[in-house]
Amino acid sequence: MQTLNLEYHAADRAARRAHVGVVGSGDLEILFEPGTDPTASVRVRTTVDGFDVVWRRVLDAFFAHHPVAGRYELNDFGATPGIVSLRLLQVQETSRKPAHPESNRI
Amino acid sequence: MSDIPASVAGRPELQALWHRHSFVELDARARAFSLLDEDTGQEYCDPFDRIESPWLEPQGLVPESDDGLVVVKGLLAGEPCVVIGIEGAFQGGSIGEVSGAKAACALQLAARDARTGQPISAVLLLETGGVRLQEGTLGLNAVAEILSALLELRGMGPVIGVVAGPLGSYGGMSIVAGLCTRVVLTHEGRLGFNGAQVIESEAGIAEFDSSDHALIWSVNGPAQRYATGLADAVVLDDVPAVRQAVITAVAAGVPEHHRSEELDVLAARLSPNDGGQARFSLPGLGIPVAPSPGQDSLAASHPGSAQQRRAES
Amino acid sequence: MSRSQTWFDALSTQTLPSPYRSIAIADTDLGSGTPARLLAVVPDPDNEFPRARHGEVGLLEGIGLAHAIREVIELDSSLADDQRRSIVAVVDIPSQAYGRLEEQFGEHLYIAAAVDAYAAARVAGHPVIALVVGSAISGGFLAHGLQASQILALDDDKIEIQAIHKPAAARITLRTIAELDELAKIVTPLSFDVREWATLGYCDGLLKVSNPDQPTGADVSLASGALRDAVARARLGQRDLTNRLQSAQAQHARRASLQARRRLTEQWA
Repeated sequence: MQTLNLEYHAADRAARRAHVGVVGSGDLEILFEPGTDPTASVRVRTTVDGFDVVWRRVLDAFFAHHPVAGRYELNDFGATPGIVSLRLLQVQETSRKPAHPESNRI
Repeated sequence: MSDIPASVAGRPELQALWHRHSFVELDARARAFSLLDEDTGQEYCDPFDRIESPWLEPQGLVPESDDGLVVVKGLLAGEPCVVIGIEGAFQGGSIGEVSGAKAACALQLAARDARTGQPISAVLLLETGGVRLQEGTLGLNAVAEILSALLELRGMGPVIGVVAGPLGSYGGMSIVAGLCTRVVLTHEGRLGFNGAQVIESEAGIAEFDSSDHALIWSVNGPAQRYATGLADAVVLDDVPAVRQAVITAVAAGVPEHHRSEELDVLAARLSPNDGGQARFSLPGLGIPVAPSPGQDSLAASHPGSAQQRRAES
Repeated sequence: MSRSQTWFDALSTQTLPSPYRSIAIADTDLGSGTPARLLAVVPDPDNEFPRARHGEVGLLEGIGLAHAIREVIELDSSLADDQRRSIVAVVDIPSQAYGRLEEQFGEHLYIAAAVDAYAAARVAGHPVIALVVGSAISGGFLAHGLQASQILALDDDKIEIQAIHKPAAARITLRTIAELDELAKIVTPLSFDVREWATLGYCDGLLKVSNPDQPTGADVSLASGALRDAVARARLGQRDLTNRLQSAQAQHARRASLQARRRLTEQWA
């Protein structure tokens, strides 16, 4: 198990906190809380060791295009980069919606 | 309607399947909210409380923020209800120290409400392999505490078990199903105690071939469970159908005797016949079909008839 | 002979006829006027259900336990709560019964019957005491022992209290037995050592006897005394399982449970 911490400059703001996903095989959950600093701080806990480079690349690419400020906690159980990006998009989308929990399934 | 293929349009019995809003495809949180009246559900100890298992990271496993169990309280057909939903995708829906504490505490708080004149029902979404082995004796004790808490509430308010699938209900948490006031299965729900692989490794392939899926379904599947009176309703995997079955099950109230108290019925089924072999008769395994799909479910939901089926079989 | 049978025989003065060969029932006095019904699940080589011949809790055993307990509840129902006799579960169970018949009949429900009865007795005021003299595993322990007001165990290397046997645990969690033993050093709930188990908050006493396999007179005296003390504590305590959260060990070992419960209770509306 590995923990990674990364930070990105992020100027966009989100309205509210949001949660998506489950820590199931091939999936991950993301907890997002908006922040006042222009920073997206990301903590990744992942069952699979040794993929730092891949994580960095995926998150670098994501936050370059979707720089929403706040704290992101990713609890990962072997999701592919595609799933990670999808869940990140989902959590940001959910944070823009008015409060009503929907299905967290992809 | 123009989206329906001709092969389905001409067969009314398939239309319910086509139009269904799958309950099984929802995660535990979404299932819990989908059962309660719209906009009445409130989750307690939610992901942002971050009350996780302390035992997983030391084993190289990533915890989930809700420890794989959601507690959502709201209204069900206008009456207070707490839904306790197990997330099958996390660690096989197994119960650990924290998820067990959440479930037991929710049932005890509901019992407290009931004692102080606020009637409440509970719904348990059993998507579970039982005790979380990675949490050993604390997982085991947590299940014991859930069972005790369920019994605290059961005399005052209905406790309904829902087994939807795809995992089903196995292991120590199936004792919960045994104690529940009523049990609702979807047509994809399996209810067992020991999983096929465990039986095969303990007792050999002749006892239970875990690769024989037809055998698994014929023993643990909804048809057998309904026919033998171990389940009270079997419904289509469709959110409105599951919700309606749960509402019906709650509305039937608290019975005088629960399934797990009917020792005479349970003992009679194990009595040997004249040949000295344990007798076990199974009436026909057909499930009665509801008049119109989507309205009531695949099977009639008559709580009283489960007792009858058990006595007859 | 199983330790269930040995300890049951040592502690009982009057064995009763039992409808099921695998359930031993006795009404005894633990000393100083402490009436108790003793219950044990014992091996039955002629059990109708072949998968339940070695002391496992299966279909007949679930019913047998429930029946023996409900009988006591009925017999003592006219007595004041604090006069109702104790129920002592002598525990040496390898597991629940694993079998096809068991699945077909719905073993989960037969075990639920025993759980229901034990909890009903406890709630009605009968002190329910579990005495673990051997193995207490999984569904077997859930059925016979884990609904007790007080849990005692022998302080002995052969005591095995766990969610599943070690080889099965290794197989299912995809680890070697050596790895599991290492993990148990930092993850106490994984330990197979009864002294480690006792630190988790729900052990009410470890008994050091001279001969756990063949208890001497002194051993039986010690155990009876410990059982009497447990009965007294049960009578004073609550009838639910909250003592498992309130013990000194639980404050530390189960702080995650306490935190979750506290948060849920604060938020409940």
